[in-house]
Amino acid sequence: MPNDLTNKIEKHTIAVLVDNEPGVLARVIGLFSGRGYNIESLTVSEIDKENNLSRITIVTSGTRMIVEQIKAQLERLVPVHRVRDLTDDGPYIERELALVKVAGTGERRSEAMRIAGIFNARVVDTTLSSFIFELTGTAEELSAFVALMGQLGLAEISRTGAVAISRGAAGF
Amino acid sequence: MAEQVLNGAEIILKALKDQGVEVIFGYPGGAVLPIYDALYKQNDLRHILVRHEQAAVHAAEGYARSTGKVGCVIVTSGPGATNAVTGLTDALMDSIPLVCITGQVPTHLIGNDAFQEADTTGITRSCTKHNYLVKDVKHLARTLHEAFFVARSGRPGPVLIDVPKDVQFNEGPYVAPHEVRHKTYRPQVKPDLARVEEAIDLIAGARRPIFYVGGGVVNSGPLASKLLTQFVRMTGYPCTNTLMGLGSFPASDPQFLGMLGMHGTYEANLAMHGCDVMIAVGARFDDRVTGKIADFAPGSRKIHIDIDPSSINKNVRVDVAVVGDAAHVLEDMIRLWKARQKRPDQAALKDWWSQINTWRKRDCLRYQKTDKVIKPQYALERLRDAIAGTDHYITTEVGQHQMWAAQFLPFDQPNRWMTSGGLGTMGYGLPAAIGVQIAHPTSLVVDVAGESSIMMNIQEMSTAVQYQAPVKVFILNNQYMGMVRQWQELLHGSRYSESQLTSLPDFVKLAEAFGAVGLRASKVSELDEVIREMIAVPRPVIVDVAVDPTENCFPMIPGGRAHNEILLGPADRPDEATPEDGMVLV
Repeated sequence: MPNDLTNKIEKHTIAVLVDNEPGVLARVIGLFSGRGYNIESLTVSEIDKENNLSRITIVTSGTRMIVEQIKAQLERLVPVHRVRDLTDDGPYIERELALVKVAGTGERRSEAMRIAGIFNARVVDTTLSSFIFELTGTAEELSAFVALMGQLGLAEISRTGAVAISRGAAGF
Repeated sequence: MAEQVLNGAEIILKALKDQGVEVIFGYPGGAVLPIYDALYKQNDLRHILVRHEQAAVHAAEGYARSTGKVGCVIVTSGPGATNAVTGLTDALMDSIPLVCITGQVPTHLIGNDAFQEADTTGITRSCTKHNYLVKDVKHLARTLHEAFFVARSGRPGPVLIDVPKDVQFNEGPYVAPHEVRHKTYRPQVKPDLARVEEAIDLIAGARRPIFYVGGGVVNSGPLASKLLTQFVRMTGYPCTNTLMGLGSFPASDPQFLGMLGMHGTYEANLAMHGCDVMIAVGARFDDRVTGKIADFAPGSRKIHIDIDPSSINKNVRVDVAVVGDAAHVLEDMIRLWKARQKRPDQAALKDWWSQINTWRKRDCLRYQKTDKVIKPQYALERLRDAIAGTDHYITTEVGQHQMWAAQFLPFDQPNRWMTSGGLGTMGYGLPAAIGVQIAHPTSLVVDVAGESSIMMNIQEMSTAVQYQAPVKVFILNNQYMGMVRQWQELLHGSRYSESQLTSLPDFVKLAEAFGAVGLRASKVSELDEVIREMIAVPRPVIVDVAVDPTENCFPMIPGGRAHNEILLGPADRPDEATPEDGMVLV
């Protein structure tokens, strides 16, 4: 359906293997801002010190035509080794980490602790009137947890954005 | 192999020499003094001193585009680099291979807002194909060789290397070009043969085909133009060129329909609109070409041959995409076309050509001939006849004169036509002409100019005189920014807001002040003699041709319109007001 190519907005998770050289992240971000593409989240870290490689995970959205353009434009950047559309290429695992600070006492405090247990969140800091929870999961799980904490004294949130990897034996 | 130890400035010059550079266009300054000192001590590299860094880049573009080599630029930090930005963007848009070396403040001062410091790699990241900041002299030689490789490979483009002044002084090892292999950059040159097979099946089955050929064929090298011409003639199909593609297919060939797009010919645009199979070669479906995307060549199947995968399906969805270098793809196409014994449907082709010939009969480039005033089209026809058969190169500035030059000057070979297509940079033509003239000292080089555009880099007359580069600036002087005036007339109720230059210099005296020759034609009767003298004088010349100030450039497809809504002349007005979504288009 040609209309789906230009009308339907799809969400895609794209992994990009790049040379870890100065300015490479600016190049990727500049590409998205300069051409008006969306970034829902972007994470980057060195993954191979010896070969000087970094991996960038980008969650973006756009029509099929735009997503194809994004991948072609990323591949065109000189320091880019590989671009992989995890959403297109089969099953993959996507995870995000959040640190969530919740302040409160009494009933609200114990309710926050109880819900954190349900979500398998870890307590990484505590005072008599606050917790910091560490939680990993999909973006949706994290958002659900944060929404509940909103009723229970949510004070601060820090989220990493998604990292992702394909399922199965094959490497990047 | 013994490593040679040189200082950074010497490494730069040695790398340039090893990369085949003969000419550098540049302008010195504090942060490149060590490089200029090293230049002083050698005789292999010729340096052309321009008068403004923007012109250095345009001159290198003219040099590159007329020779097929990588153009080379050296400018200083800060304002030197920022002045070069327009030229770099121009080269990026038109895929011209350049290496630009900028000086930078010493590494220990970077980030301190030092004198003449600018974040050059930050500023030029989006207007270069790639850029580098070299902070250690031991990476300098490798980086230079990489830069040349990136500039000339794949879809060519400008590459910038920012070199802090201390790195130019420091000593380091030199490595030769063959010792450098790029880690990541491997453009696909050879096509996937399955796609080529699909393409030739589609081409052979076409009933109303058209070749739509762009600058990629010129960039690929002269062989690509030769193969393209061969293939188009084998098929007997019509061929149109984009502005950047002019010369890739001979203008004198009966299968040539002229340029297409906003100011393209009636027959080229209607053939695009009515085709059933479009064969795009090295063209990028630019908005000047497509007009209204939704009504672009409706009912056609499209083949797109391009070396840049990101050009495919960017603006227009195509049916068969062939990624590869134009020459390689065309070679495979010709081979498979012969091997599979493809024969187009001659009856259908005959009908198609008879349809095209009725469009041709509209004679869309006709204009009102008069002896009362010099029509710009007439001036170009006289220029065309005077230079026919000579070894000549044409550059242009940007605007009406540029479109008229594209319509009225025929190009039978590639690399003879230098114009700012993608960026549309007024002020491109004169420095580009100087670059062309430096590369081809005995050829005739004409910059077809407008009086407004030429003012943007007029200082380069001084460069032309210094190097005795006998460029001819042929100004079609209508006393207006003609294309702005035309749009204001047609789309903004003739409100000529700031489009007239009411105080222009006397171009004849101006030429003389620069030490060049100034000529003027104000009457039709003076034109031929002035053109003759312009060509005969072995010096830089400015010719001021006073042309009809009210003339508009037709045909014209107004913004937001389809190919078949083309306007042919002043009597042709859009049936209805231009739609608002068309008005916003430039």
